[in-house]
Amino acid sequence: MDAPRVLALWCPDWPVVAATGAAGVPAHRPAVVVSANRVLACTAPARAYGVRRGLRRREAQSRCPELVVLPADPARDARAFERVAVAVERLAPGVEVVRPGLVALSARGPVRYFGGDLPAAERLVDQVAAEAGVECQVGIADGLFGATLAARRAVVVGPGGTPRFLARLSIDELGREPDVDRAELVSLLRRLGLLTLGSFAALPATDVASRFGADAVLAHRLALGLDPRPPSRREVSEELAVSVELDPPVTRVDAAAFASRSLADRLHILLADRGLACTRLGIRARMSDGSELVRVWRCAEPLTPSGTVDRVRWQLDAWLTRARPVGRADPVGGVGALTLSGEEVVLAGMLQLGLWGEIGGADERAGRALVRVQSLLGPEGVHTAVLGGGRDPGERVRLVPWGVDRRGGGDRCDEEAGAVPSGSRVASQPRPWPGRLPAPSPATVLVRSIPVEVRDGVGRPVRIDERQVISSPPARVAVGGARPQVVHGWAGPWPVEQCWWDVEAGWGGYRLQVVLGSTDGAGEEALLLVCQEGGRWSLAGRYD
Amino acid sequence: MRWERARALLDASERSGRVVPERGKQACARPGSSVPRPASESRRKPLPVAEPLRPLLPGGSLRRGGTVAVDRSPALVLALLAAASAGGAWCALVGLPEIGLVAAEEAGLDLSRLALVSEPGLELVGVTAALLDGLDLVVVAGGERLPAGARQRLAARARQAGSVLLPVGSWPGADVRLEVEGGRWSGLVGAGAGRLRGRRVRLRARGRGAAYRKRSVELLLPGPEGRAVVLPEGSAGLPERAGRSGPADAGGSAFIREAS
Repeated sequence: MDAPRVLALWCPDWPVVAATGAAGVPAHRPAVVVSANRVLACTAPARAYGVRRGLRRREAQSRCPELVVLPADPARDARAFERVAVAVERLAPGVEVVRPGLVALSARGPVRYFGGDLPAAERLVDQVAAEAGVECQVGIADGLFGATLAARRAVVVGPGGTPRFLARLSIDELGREPDVDRAELVSLLRRLGLLTLGSFAALPATDVASRFGADAVLAHRLALGLDPRPPSRREVSEELAVSVELDPPVTRVDAAAFASRSLADRLHILLADRGLACTRLGIRARMSDGSELVRVWRCAEPLTPSGTVDRVRWQLDAWLTRARPVGRADPVGGVGALTLSGEEVVLAGMLQLGLWGEIGGADERAGRALVRVQSLLGPEGVHTAVLGGGRDPGERVRLVPWGVDRRGGGDRCDEEAGAVPSGSRVASQPRPWPGRLPAPSPATVLVRSIPVEVRDGVGRPVRIDERQVISSPPARVAVGGARPQVVHGWAGPWPVEQCWWDVEAGWGGYRLQVVLGSTDGAGEEALLLVCQEGGRWSLAGRYD
Repeated sequence: MRWERARALLDASERSGRVVPERGKQACARPGSSVPRPASESRRKPLPVAEPLRPLLPGGSLRRGGTVAVDRSPALVLALLAAASAGGAWCALVGLPEIGLVAAEEAGLDLSRLALVSEPGLELVGVTAALLDGLDLVVVAGGERLPAGARQRLAARARQAGSVLLPVGSWPGADVRLEVEGGRWSGLVGAGAGRLRGRRVRLRARGRGAAYRKRSVELLLPGPEGRAVVLPEGSAGLPERAGRSGPADAGGSAFIREAS
């Protein structure tokens, strides 16, 4: 019944450690990693300036003007973390990566081998500092939850002491796990006056179950220092593994990730057939030089197919791009075969499979068809569109490859565009965009604009001066060197000032709608023209 | 005698919903893809179309398994998809990289269920066949380059899978063919004032079978909100360009106000 002793090794502020390492920012510079305009992690110098997690980016920058702002990137974090995992693995077997920044392993082996809790912890911290060059903290307690909290405080909790250790901690600790959103439960418990884990744990389990629901039961077990799931874990039978041979061996990360997508789907179909869900995922790769690499990922929540794909992609990224291991001169080469296995499974009762939101039969079938098209054309072959903010019909559209999260990202030209590194864009669709053309929008938006000649009744080119006055009414329009057509009507010009503060991305000009009479009597043709500064006209869209 | 037996066998297999194997299908199916399952119950319901387009189509809807050829007018394509997409159907646009997606949303499509395959390249047939298996409405551009056999295979695939194939451009053998005729824009008040508000067009439908009777309808495509709109009685709903009756809300060189 007792939870096993777990040793957790935690690297503080891992996203920012990985980001500054990748960007070459020296350690004494204050730096933050920003996701969705909020600070995700910050370095110690930044913290000294008063920068905190969850702060808005501008607030953080106002507290510390020389702050280095870096974008969030889970793949980069996982890639950099592989070195830490390898360093720990040299001393202790059975390492499981919980997430980039946190590994867990069974404490029994290393504690016995190094002769005690503290010597083992000390050896591991030294080892990681020497081999991977990062700081870390070690905590030992019963169960993963207790060990994680112990690692944050760098303490060793004696056998059986975990409930007492947890009882003093704040209730907020339940919501710290980034994979699980318990903000609502935590805020509810606070409002009920349950401010520590101990006061929550003191409630009878049956009352918790009847009042707060299934997730709270799990949280209650955590607060009690018990294993979150009842100990009736299934023994994993051998066939809960899927593998694929890659011939020729794959050396590029995106290609390997694409192969892993179908593999992850197969694993989940296999698990779903048996009514199981995976809480520990084993990833095994045979490289082209014959070596075999293994890594186990442990998850607080049962893995969804997309969560599996993410972890496999991160792991392959780490293996394929990692620095060469010590003592080996040759590169690791490509991945020759890939195996995914469910190392630990639970009954799938509570797991909600999510493709995007709820899964219906039609959505699942459509998803399969689109994945098949991707297998014909490559992962970039199928897109869906997300509309963001912006003024031009073309700039509002963001194409997202199928299977990639549609949320996040958005404006090409945000009000703070100058400071944002590309890749961490902020969605803000409902903001008013003065100057946006109202509906109807052009049904054809040109990918590459076509030059257009616009002339007035006596054949002079039409220009627009700085006072936004058109030199003379347009009478004839020739698109891309074709025969000029007669203008039946026109509207505008409407000035556009796009990111005028940005030298590269900004541009200014005018838009004009014209209706052309057709030559063959087939009906009128309406065009959206753009006049750049300097009097160059081009075709931006067609209302056809 | 043998003919009658074969005929009875065919009838029985059609009644039971089993797919009769066809020679041409093998070329369509990719390795690893199973032969399409017969249309399930949920895929039997016809797909709705927007109110103004109903008079054009037999039954007032897009019949599953059918092929509806559409003129080269993106606005018409979007108007055809709009009602079905809003009702939960999945749509795909193959080979239409320049379609206006803002216009698509204004027309009423749900962009989260709209797949875009902009450059199918040489895999046009394979991609379209795969999409017909899983999605409800598949719009294909560039189909006139295909040989007649490939076109027939795709139409057969749509029939088996219970989806609708909507080729853009010429497509001999389509059940219905929709054509846009004329086009007169309104909303421009003159001397640079006003803005485009709607286009009055006549749509014609010709076809075979149930759609043999020629039909035509006049409507606003797009209307002032971007959707297709039934022409108002007496067609006096929108200001004509010559008259100055329209609201001159957008002056010649003033900023357009946000329409929302």
